Amino acid sequence: MAVPRLLRAAAPRLYSTVLVPAPATATAPVATQPSDDKLLSEPLSHPDFFNVKELFTLKDLFDARVHLGHKKGCRHRFMEPYIFGCRLDQDIIDLEQTMQHLQLALNFTAHIAYRKGIILFISRKRQFCHLVECTARACGEYAHTRYWQGGLLTNAHIQFGAGVRLPDLIVFLSSLNNVFQTHVAVRDAAKMNIPTVGVVDTNCNPSLITYPIPGNDDSPSAVELYCKLFRMTIIRAKDKRRQSEAVEELRRKAEGN
Amino acid sequence: MGGRSCAVMAAAAGRVFRLCRRWGAGPRAQMLRLIYTTTAVQRKNVGASGPEKYTEAFIKKQIEEFNLGKRHLANMMGEDPETFTQEDIDRAIAYLFPSGLFDEQARPMMKHPREIFPEQRKIQWGEDGRPFHFLFYTGKQSYYSLMHETYEKLLNVEKYQDQLIAQDLPLQKEKRNLAGSRWLTKIELEEMLLEKLSDDDYSRFIQLLQKLTDLPCSDIEEKYIQKFSKELPVQMQKVVIEPLQYDEQGVAFSTGEGRRKTARATAVVYDNGTGKMTVNGKDILHYFPVLQDREQLLFPFQFLGRIGKHDAVCTVSGGGRSAQAGAIRLACAKALRSFVTEKEVEFMRQAGLLTVDPRVKERKKPGQEGARRKFTWKKR
Repeated sequence: MAVPRLLRAAAPRLYSTVLVPAPATATAPVATQPSDDKLLSEPLSHPDFFNVKELFTLKDLFDARVHLGHKKGCRHRFMEPYIFGCRLDQDIIDLEQTMQHLQLALNFTAHIAYRKGIILFISRKRQFCHLVECTARACGEYAHTRYWQGGLLTNAHIQFGAGVRLPDLIVFLSSLNNVFQTHVAVRDAAKMNIPTVGVVDTNCNPSLITYPIPGNDDSPSAVELYCKLFRMTIIRAKDKRRQSEAVEELRRKAEGN
Repeated sequence: MGGRSCAVMAAAAGRVFRLCRRWGAGPRAQMLRLIYTTTAVQRKNVGASGPEKYTEAFIKKQIEEFNLGKRHLANMMGEDPETFTQEDIDRAIAYLFPSGLFDEQARPMMKHPREIFPEQRKIQWGEDGRPFHFLFYTGKQSYYSLMHETYEKLLNVEKYQDQLIAQDLPLQKEKRNLAGSRWLTKIELEEMLLEKLSDDDYSRFIQLLQKLTDLPCSDIEEKYIQKFSKELPVQMQKVVIEPLQYDEQGVAFSTGEGRRKTARATAVVYDNGTGKMTVNGKDILHYFPVLQDREQLLFPFQFLGRIGKHDAVCTVSGGGRSAQAGAIRLACAKALRSFVTEKEVEFMRQAGLLTVDPRVKERKKPGQEGARRKFTWKKR
């Protein structure tokens, strides 16, 4: 029982081919019992099962300076759809779009956490390295804010040992590395079929990121806000899972009696 | 009964043979499940498969088997299983399986599994595949978690400092004794973390620690910092000047020893004297006909201005004329330290009276005529 589960967990990438908005990637094994099935399929029927919309408002985003982008010269061509306008050469990000993207991304993260997936936080900004690691520890998830060794995702079986389980979701709190190039993990995650959620600033390339969140990644207030939101969603999703499992247990006991 | 003991013996033997192929802990340690493989095959496996991992349950099983095997071995040797130590095990194995192999690691051995399976090669994730440590995916989890902790301590200290400043309290400035301690070396840190470090990593960590200790209020994290610092060995001992001794008539005297090249000398310097000096029972005028040698003898007394005030009785052996003179000079100077103030002892030291002359005869080298002289160079 444990072995096939491990095998499937170790190589989920080999089985999943298409990325669907709702998490259809088999992070948990195929249900063996109808109650398990219900546990996993019930959240998928609601558009916002975990009610992530109430966690933030447009005013919160504005107060945390999420709308501030870089100067016009740093603008990336692919970010133009997300930019509201340009004032005194500084790009302003459209917060309406940010709200929608943020809601989708948080919803996706919550579903992954509900299904007991491994979430890896990545940020190469030295200023926020400690904050990101603390956030990850608080959620019970994982963080990588240090130098990225080349084969971590693509060569994992040799670097970590056979039977290692790769992350099921990668969250970028800043998608650039210290030399202002796209982080290698974006490309590697795409290679390994791992969905990504990422905060993309006006100088970033949002192409390979599954759920981009256009927003500021340089201000401390903005990054603290993102950390808080991710932490709350993940904890909420895990609590929901525990609750559902407890309810199922009680129901099964009642049926047994 | 005989059959059972044979089976037990075979089981124990099988275990030992299996165990004997586990080379000790180290970067090239490999656990072999097969008994009969060649070294060439082993070496190929090391490169290709990468580090082998094993679970906590596996190690537990190995420990149980080891304890069981230890009891069987004790019974076989006719000793008490309860008090069978590792040394007894080694002796028993050496007796039962004598081996003429030169390499100690290649001989049969039976050691506790914790020594054979290094700690760092345990599997770092649970049954569901989730790693235990939150920094597992960085690759160097112990090192980065150490950096994380140290940085957290740094932030703590800075916050505390800010609080003190807000309350207008003075920041403590206790001078810490940095001279008496050193940071852990790279190898010691590697042993502590059970992980390989690069020089860069190590220097970064030491810089962070240094930054933490340089803050004025770092005393609150003293305990944490002490984990990474070590006491330096005791400083050079201060030279003890012996006090004056008194003979039967109440005359103060002091002894000193000296050497120069192969000459060894002892001198006893008496107070309330007339400047008489005896060497090996003879007066210095007879023993040292040359003026230069006598000048050498009198130099310490002349330096301190005590020429007619002391008597000296010396013994000397070995060396030549000059060497003996030099040896006695050093012996007298050392004896005079007891009669004189510390400042004057310092003056003597700076004058070179108390230093042993390290010059000895240089050895002759092959291919040369002497120590430095080369054979005559012939053009053709």
